[in-house]
Parts: sequence; structure tokens; C-alpha cells
Amino acid sequence: MKIYRFFYLLILSILPINATALIEVDITRGNLNPLPIAVSPLSIDENSRENFEKILKKDNIGDEISSVVEKNLKTSGLFNPLNKDAFLQAPEIANLKPRFEDWNLIKAQALITGKVKYVDEKLRVEFRLWDVLAGKEMMALAFTTVPTNWRRVGHIITDKVYERLTGEKGYFDTRIIYVAEEGPKTKRVKKLAIMDQDGANNKFLTLGNELVLTPRFNPTSQMVTYLSYFRNLPRVYLLDIETGTQEVVGDFPGMTFAPRFSPDGKKIIMSFAKDGNSDIYTMDLENRIVEKITNHPSIDTSPSYSPDGKYICFNSDRSGYQQIYIMKNDGSNVKRISFGKGLYGTPVWSPRGDLIAFTKLHKGKFYIGVMRTDGSGERLLTENFYQEAPSWSPNGRVLIFYRETKTDDKGEGFSAKLWSIDLTGYNERLVNTPVDASDPSWSSLLSN
Amino acid sequence: MTRSILISSVLHTILVFITAMSLPFLAKKPINLPPIISVELIQITEETNIPFAPKAKKILEKIKEEEKKLVSEQAPPKKVKKIKPDSVPMPEDKVDKVKKIEDDKQNPEKIDNEVKQVSEFEKDELFDPDNIAALIDKSKIESSESVKKTDEITQDQDKNFKNLGLSLSEEDALKAQIFGCWSIPLGLPYNENLLVRIKLQLKPDGTIINSEILDHARMNKPGQGFYKVLAESALRAIKLCQPLRVPTTGYERWKELQLNFDAREMLEG
Repeated sequence: MKIYRFFYLLILSILPINATALIEVDITRGNLNPLPIAVSPLSIDENSRENFEKILKKDNIGDEISSVVEKNLKTSGLFNPLNKDAFLQAPEIANLKPRFEDWNLIKAQALITGKVKYVDEKLRVEFRLWDVLAGKEMMALAFTTVPTNWRRVGHIITDKVYERLTGEKGYFDTRIIYVAEEGPKTKRVKKLAIMDQDGANNKFLTLGNELVLTPRFNPTSQMVTYLSYFRNLPRVYLLDIETGTQEVVGDFPGMTFAPRFSPDGKKIIMSFAKDGNSDIYTMDLENRIVEKITNHPSIDTSPSYSPDGKYICFNSDRSGYQQIYIMKNDGSNVKRISFGKGLYGTPVWSPRGDLIAFTKLHKGKFYIGVMRTDGSGERLLTENFYQEAPSWSPNGRVLIFYRETKTDDKGEGFSAKLWSIDLTGYNERLVNTPVDASDPSWSSLLSN
Repeated sequence: MTRSILISSVLHTILVFITAMSLPFLAKKPINLPPIISVELIQITEETNIPFAPKAKKILEKIKEEEKKLVSEQAPPKKVKKIKPDSVPMPEDKVDKVKKIEDDKQNPEKIDNEVKQVSEFEKDELFDPDNIAALIDKSKIESSESVKKTDEITQDQDKNFKNLGLSLSEEDALKAQIFGCWSIPLGLPYNENLLVRIKLQLKPDGTIINSEILDHARMNKPGQGFYKVLAESALRAIKLCQPLRVPTTGYERWKELQLNFDAREMLEG
């Protein structure tokens, strides 16, 4: 038996083995075109439709929610929601089992279906995300909430879809706080205002009796810090958006600028002038102890923490011109990172930690740009007559800033509006506000 | 009596023998041999070794002597100073060199002088329209034959192709097609090892029989959300692109393909 085995192996080893190497092709490029996606209207039964019509004064809440999702996806610049007129399958049937051939025919690569129901005086929304080309379900979720929260449901659905298809968290269930401005430039009334990231649900938080400046969101909660002038003295406030309670952090003499939270929300960092010199300070919100971080005869302003809290970026004119610097959180190892032509200001560290956004002034024009944290890879995203104060979306993909434009040909009068731009620099959009707006700050995700 | 019987039998035996010998099939024809030709085996060398005719020999010897004279009259080779490779030429030297080159360029007369005067007879030899036509015709035939040869891939050639990859143009065509179909998920981090390898089994027309993610287990591991997103986008691209732009020949070598999707270059910007 052993001999047979031996001979068998011998024959096998002698036989020529036809080894073919598998051909490998490296795909290192793709297109950056928006992904074609079909957002089917959420189906709704007649009883639920009538109930929601009474409560929300909306004819079909299913259509309204899907419109919110569609608009969000379109403004992201990464998706191309297809025209509903081209849809071949009715929403009621598509929600149960989509006919992928029909959706493939209109070139959809992903499909969102769902249904809305009135359950125990609440709004119940189910949605499903389908991969049309693979013909399979990618995600299915259901939410129950009070009917008035229907817009948020739309934002949450968008966040989930965005995360599932792009790999990063969304930024749709968020708010933006800004300074609403009215009146002539010499007698401007400035109020604190808040709205959803898409411009809906706008609310004014202050009456406009006092000048308000630089509101900034706490990265961990719905708390806001801002600067207001009380009897011509700068005062830093804390405002809880959820409860509406407000408290004074402290009065600071001289010029005080841009208070901003640390990543853990336990400190605020700001710059103020003391003995004629502007330096960077932190204040512990629990014990109100103020600590001086920089000690330099030049003007140091606009501090912003890195997401891990270990570093701070700020601007300073210690080199003769206003440039961006980074240092450790204790003020050591100060290093200049901007070396381009022009003046650099308002540096803001990305929540992803990889980039720093800034405003640049060069040859009379203002630019919003980004650079890596070592100062390399500077990219100017947008250019205009006057624009500044970029603020990052919580996923670090989009920047919101304000831009002032002349309102007539003579250059008389001006208008300030909020604009957003993504990191590609191609997707620039006006964010609608009821009045003029400046100094925007983006909140973290509400649903976290 | 016995004597007569004996004589009769002897005579009969003789008669039978003579008759048998005279039968036609027993008669042997003489062999018709061809005339013998003597063949001399000569070992052929590369150069002919035929002795010259006495007149020609004398003329050739004269020519050889003249050539020898010419060689001896030539000047000995110049001793050129070896320039050290490390030595850097001075700017003046450089200028001289440039001038020389310029001179050469701006002296087309020299080239004209080198053009040979050709006699009418030689011209005829050089320009023969019939020959040229024949050459053109031949080249046409040759090219058509070569095209035929390249088109027809024999089984042996196909076997030889098995171990070869795609040619550059074939690979480029396939890449260009997939580049157009692949919507890169822009939210992926560029500093993580996100390489999706997909093995495809293809039909001769480029449609996909089967697609398999080689590191499939990674898709369902916790914390590998980015990998899953990238893998799904790659699968979508392949499905959207099919039938793939594969070569028209050599199915055996590309019936199985591996595509490596790597978005880092694009994401890094």
C-alpha cells in the first residue's frame, strides 16, 4: 500500500503543474460625482395622514419628511437625489419590496423607502436604505417621537444614510448659533439667534439691547458661551440652549476676544488685554480659576484647542505680521505654522484633528482656507471682498462662515450672510437666515 | 523390364525438370542498373578558395600593395590628453564649445559638399520604378501576413499568454472604465489601511460570473465600518461597470482577475 502511495506521489510530482498567476489591477482613482440616490416619499395610511394633518397642518407628513432628507442630501454635495417624477414604483409597494430593475433603470445606486404611522399620539417613522445594484437592504431603522419633531426625524434619517454610505458621521441633526444683525452699519442691532443647520426653526435668543459677539457651542453639550457688552464692559456668558438658563462667567477688563470651549467642555479659552498686552488665558468653569497661557509682548488672539485638548492654535503678530501658531496646552513649544504671503487669522482646529481652518487677507481680498496642522498643504477654498470666522461642522467636512457684500453698485450699504463650503471647495452654498447674520458656530450632533 | 522402367523414369524426371525450369515466373530478369556517376564530396568553407586566374592574381597583388602603402602613409594617432572627470570646465571652455556647436549648425555648405555626384548610369541603378513597385507590393504582402499572424492566436500562443499580465493598454482601458464607475466614499480616512481586494470570475464578454471580497471576514468585524463602506462602494462600481472592458483575446489569462481598490491617493488630495 505504501509503495502505491509512493508511486502515486511520484507521478503527481512529475506531472507538469500549470500555475497561472492571478492578474491584479490596482484601482487608485474614482469619480467624485455625487452618488445618484432615490428618496421615495414615505408611505402613510389614510388614518395617520388625517391625524397628522390636524396636528401639524401638513397635508402629507410622509412627503415632508422625505423632502427634508432629499434637501439635506443635495446640500451635502455628495449625493444627487433623483427627480421623483421618474420613479416607477409607488411608495407603498417600494417600502415592502423594491423592484430593483425599476430603480436601476433610472440610474439610482441607493434607495430610501419608509412609512409613517400615527401610534398613540406619536409619530412613528420606519425607513430602509437599499443598495440598488446589489439588490439588498443596507439598513432599517424606526423612530418614535412627538409629531412636532418631524423635521429632526428627517435630519436623523439623513445622518444615518450619510454615515452608511460615506463612512463618516453626518452633520444634519445639528444647530447653528449666530449673531443676527439689523439696521444701518452705524447703528447696528445685534441679537443672538439659533436655527437648524438647514436654516429652519430660526429663533432669537436675546432682544438686541446689548451688543453680542462670537457665540461658540460647547462640543459636548447644547451650551453656548458668548461675549456681550454690559455697561460698555465685555462680559462672558454661558447659555444653556435646552433650558434657556444663562449665567455670567466673569467681567474682563479691556478688549476681550472670542471665548471658546475646550474639547471636554470644562474650560473656556480666550484672549484679553491686561496691562496693555493681549495674551491667551483659560478659565476653569468649575472653580473659575484663570490661568495665563501665553506671555509675550505681541498680540495673541483667537485660540482654539485641538480635539484631544493637547494643543492650542492661535494667531499672533510676534513675527511682525499676523500669523498662525500652535503650542502645547500649557503654553510651551510655540511654533509658527503659516508662512504664506498675507495675514492669517481666526484659526480653528477641525473636529477630525487633521486640519486647521483660517481666514487669510492678501492683496485686499479675504480667503477662507485650510492647512494641515504642521502648516503644510494650504488650500484656499473661497475668495471674496470680505469674509471671515469659519466654524467646522461636527464631522469636519464643511465650514460655515459669514460674508459681507455690497448691496448696490455704488458700494453703499452692505449685507452680511452665512455661507457654507465643503473641503472640496466646489460646494459653496448660501445658508438662508431671516435677517443679516455673522459669527456662526456649528453645534455637535443633537442625537448623540 | 526393370531396366526399361528405370530408363523411362529417369527420362521422365529429366523432362519434368526441363519443363519446370522453362516456366515464365521462374525466369529471372537481369537488373536494369543506372549508369554509375561518381560524386566528389567537397567541404564548403565560408570563403571561396578557388585559385585566381594568373592575370587577376597579379592585379589583386598590386591593389594590396597600394593599400599597404596608404596605411603606412597615414599619420600616427594623436596623443589626446586625458581630462580628469572631476575637473570642472571653466566658463570660457564652455563658451568655446558652444561656439563650435553653433558654427557646425550654421554651416550647411559643408554638408552640401559631402553630397556625391551621381552619374546618369548610377542614377538609373538607384531609381528603378519597377523595383520600387515590387518593394511596395512585397511590403504590403508582408504586412498583411504579419497582421494575419497577430490576429490568429494559436493554442500554443494562448498557453504562453497564461502567465503574462494584461498589456498596458488593456490594463489602462479596464482602469479607465472602473474609474468612471467608482464613486469614492469621501468620508473615509486616508491614513488607515483600507485596501479592498476583489477576485472576479469573468465570462469572455466581460460580464461577471462571481465576485468575491478576499478579506471578507473584515467586513463584519467591529470597528471596520470604513472598510465595509469602501468594499460596498467597490462592489457597486464593478456591478455598474459590467460588462468590463476586457481584451478580445486571451480569455484564459483574464478569466480570473483581482481588482485592488485603494482610495488613499484620492482622499489625501
